[in-house]
Amino acid sequence: MSTVMSHDEHHGPAKGLSRWLFTTNHKDIGTLYLWFAFIMFMVGGAMAMVIRAELFQPGMQLVDPLFFNQMTTMHGLIMVFGAVMPAFVGLANWLVPMMIGAPDMALPRMNNWSFWILPFAGLMLISTMFMEGGGPAFGWTFYAPLSTTFAADSTDFFIFSVHLLGISSIMGAINIIATILNMRAPGMTLMKMPLFVWTWLITAFLLIAVMPVLAGAVTMMLTDRNFGTSFFDAAGGGDPVLFQHIFWFFGHPEVYIMILPAFGVVSHIIPTFARKKLFGYSSMVYAVAAIAFLSFIVWAHHMFTVGMPVAAELYYMYATVMIAVPTAVKVFNWTATMWKGSMTFETPMLWAIGFVFCFTIGGFTGLMLGVAPVDFQYHDTYFVVAHFHYVLLTGAVFAIIAAVYFWLPKWTGNMYDETLGKWHFWLSMISANVLFFPMHFSGLAGMPRRIPDYAVQFADFNMWSSIGGFVFGASQLIFLWVVIKSIRGGEKATDKVWEGAEGLEWTIPSPAPYHTFETPPEVK
Amino acid sequence: MAEQELNQANSRLVRRLLIATVAMFGFGFALVPLYNLMCDTLGLNGRFLDIEQGKYEVSSGPMAQVDNTRVITVEFLANVGRDTSSEFRPMVHKIQLHPGEIKEVSYFAKNLSTEGMIAQAVPSLAPGKAVKYFTKMECFCFNKQPFDAGEEKVMPLRFFVDPDLPKDVSTISIAYTFFDITKNEQVNTGRSELASAQPVLPRTSVSH
Repeated sequence: MSTVMSHDEHHGPAKGLSRWLFTTNHKDIGTLYLWFAFIMFMVGGAMAMVIRAELFQPGMQLVDPLFFNQMTTMHGLIMVFGAVMPAFVGLANWLVPMMIGAPDMALPRMNNWSFWILPFAGLMLISTMFMEGGGPAFGWTFYAPLSTTFAADSTDFFIFSVHLLGISSIMGAINIIATILNMRAPGMTLMKMPLFVWTWLITAFLLIAVMPVLAGAVTMMLTDRNFGTSFFDAAGGGDPVLFQHIFWFFGHPEVYIMILPAFGVVSHIIPTFARKKLFGYSSMVYAVAAIAFLSFIVWAHHMFTVGMPVAAELYYMYATVMIAVPTAVKVFNWTATMWKGSMTFETPMLWAIGFVFCFTIGGFTGLMLGVAPVDFQYHDTYFVVAHFHYVLLTGAVFAIIAAVYFWLPKWTGNMYDETLGKWHFWLSMISANVLFFPMHFSGLAGMPRRIPDYAVQFADFNMWSSIGGFVFGASQLIFLWVVIKSIRGGEKATDKVWEGAEGLEWTIPSPAPYHTFETPPEVK
Repeated sequence: MAEQELNQANSRLVRRLLIATVAMFGFGFALVPLYNLMCDTLGLNGRFLDIEQGKYEVSSGPMAQVDNTRVITVEFLANVGRDTSSEFRPMVHKIQLHPGEIKEVSYFAKNLSTEGMIAQAVPSLAPGKAVKYFTKMECFCFNKQPFDAGEEKVMPLRFFVDPDLPKDVSTISIAYTFFDITKNEQVNTGRSELASAQPVLPRTSVSH
C-alpha cells in the first residue's frame, strides 16, 4: 500500500504480456479497464440480442424460458458490473492523474489488483451459465426468495463473484479518493478541480458507502442458502421484503454511481465544442453533491408496490421527485453552456448532445415512475425497461463513448476517423430510440418485463424494438473498428487536440507519454 | 508534498476509508434489527405486536362493549410453506362480526408425510394498520405444533377486533403460512442462534 514513485521512473513499458499483468501504470491500467469493459459490453450485448430475437415475434421461438431468464439476468449484471462501472473506473485511471497534475494514482500496486480481480470475477459469473441448473435466472436484482430458496446451486458462485466485484470497486474507489485528495498539483484547490474529477470523487464515496452493503446482502443470501440462517425466510422469522430494502439501499446510489461520472464527462465536452466556459461550475458541483445525498434516502421508490404504508409511499415519492431539482440544474447548465456558443459538431459533441437529449427523456420517465400512485401501473412493465435504458444506455454508455472519442487522440496520438465516428453516432442514436421508445408504449399498455412471451397486441412495438436492437448492436462494431484504426495510425493529433479544450491533460504531448507530470505543474 | 509525507497521508486516508468500508458492511447487517424494530414499533408489515407490554393503548378488553353499529368482515387464508408436506386450510373462509365481539374459528391441518414433523404457522395480516386492533386470545400460531405421521388436527383461533379499529377498515384478512420447521429445530439445537435468525413469532402469551 505504499506509494511507488521513486523507481522505474525513466524507462518505458515492459515488453509483452508481463507489461499488462504486472503494470502499476495508471495509463496501462486504464486501458485494461476500458478493454475489459468493451468486451463485457459485447458479451452483455450479445445476450440482449438473444432477448430481442426471442421477443421479435409473440410466442416461444428460439430459447426456453429458463435460458431467457438467464439472459435478462446476466445481461443486467454484466452491463452494470462488467461494462459501465469498469469503463468509468478505466476513464478515471486514465484521466484523473492527468487532470490534477499527478504522476500516477496514489496506490499503484493496489490499482493493479483492483483491475486483475475483475476478469476472474467476470469469468466466474459467466461460468455459472455452463453449470448444472444454469446461471442466475432471478433478475439482476436477485430478490429473495427467488435467489435463496428457488435458485440453482450455481448461485453460490454468483455470490462469490459479486463479493469479488465489490472488493475491486472498493479498492478502485479508495485509490481514486486518495489520488484526488492527496496528489493534486500545487494550486489546484478543490473548487478548481475539473468536473470529471469532482464527479468521480463523489462517486467514489458513494461506492465506499454502498458496495459493502451489497456485500452484506449477498453474504446474508449465502448463509440463508447454506448455513441455516433465516434473514429472508419467513419460516425462521425473517422477511423477504427486508432483502428488497437492503438491496435498494445499495441499488439506488448504485445507479448514480453509473451516471455521475457521465455528468462529469459531458461537462468537459460541451464547453469544449461550444467554445464557452461551463455556464455554472460551482452549481454543477453542488448539484452533484445534492444528487449523491438524495440517492441515500429514496431507495424504497423501487418497491412502491410491496405494501408500504401510505405515509412511507408519500415520503419516498416526495424525496424522489426532489431529485429532479439538482438534475434540472445540470441539464439547464449544459443547455445554457451551448446557448450562443460557437458550436461545432465533432463526434464527441454529437454523443454529448445525444446524451443530454436522451438522458432528459429518461429523467422525465423517472419522474413519472417516482409518483407512487401511477407507479402501481408502471411497475415491472416495459415502461421501467424504457426508463432505465434511456438513462443507462443512452445516458451512461453514450457518455462513455463520448469520452472515448474525446480523449482517444490524447491516448493514441492519432485522430479517429471522423466520418466513421459520425456514422457510429447517427446509427446508434436512431437505432437506440427505435429500440427503446416503443417500450414506453408497450409498457404503458401493460406488457410485463422479464417474460419471454407476450400478448399479440404488443407484436408491432416489439418488432420495432428488436429491429432497433439489432441495428444498435451491429453499430457498435463500427466503434471497435474506429478505435483500432486510431491505435494503428491516422492523422497525428496536436497536443491540444481540440480548439476549445481546457485542462492539464491537453498540455502534455499526444500520445500521452508513459510517465507524465513527474514534476507537478503549477496551477494558478 | 514530499514523498514520505505523501505516503503517510495516503496510509492515513486508506485506513480511514477501510474503516468506513467495514462500518458500512456492518451497517448492512444492522439494517436487519433496524427493519424489525421499525416494523414492530410502527406496526407495519402485518407483524404481531407485543400489546401486553403496554406499547399500545388498546382501550378495551374482551369485556368492553360490543359496537353493534359496525360490521367487520374477517377473511381467513392459508398457505402451505415450501417443502412442507401437509394439508392446511381454514374451516371457515369468512365471518362477519361486530367490534368487541369474541369469535372462535378453526384451521384444519394434516401431516401428509410418513414421518413426524414440527410445524409453525406464521401469520400475516392486512391491512397493516389493523394489526394492533386484532387481538388473539388463543391461537395455534402461538406454539410449535408437533404432528405424528399422518396426524390430523383441528386448531382453534379465538380473537376479537378492538372497537377502536380505524373507521375506514371494514375488512381484515389474516393469512397463515404453515411451515415444516423440523429441520430448523434440529439445526438450532445446541448452538447459539443468530439474533436475526431467531423465530420471532412463537409467542406463548395469551394476552395477544
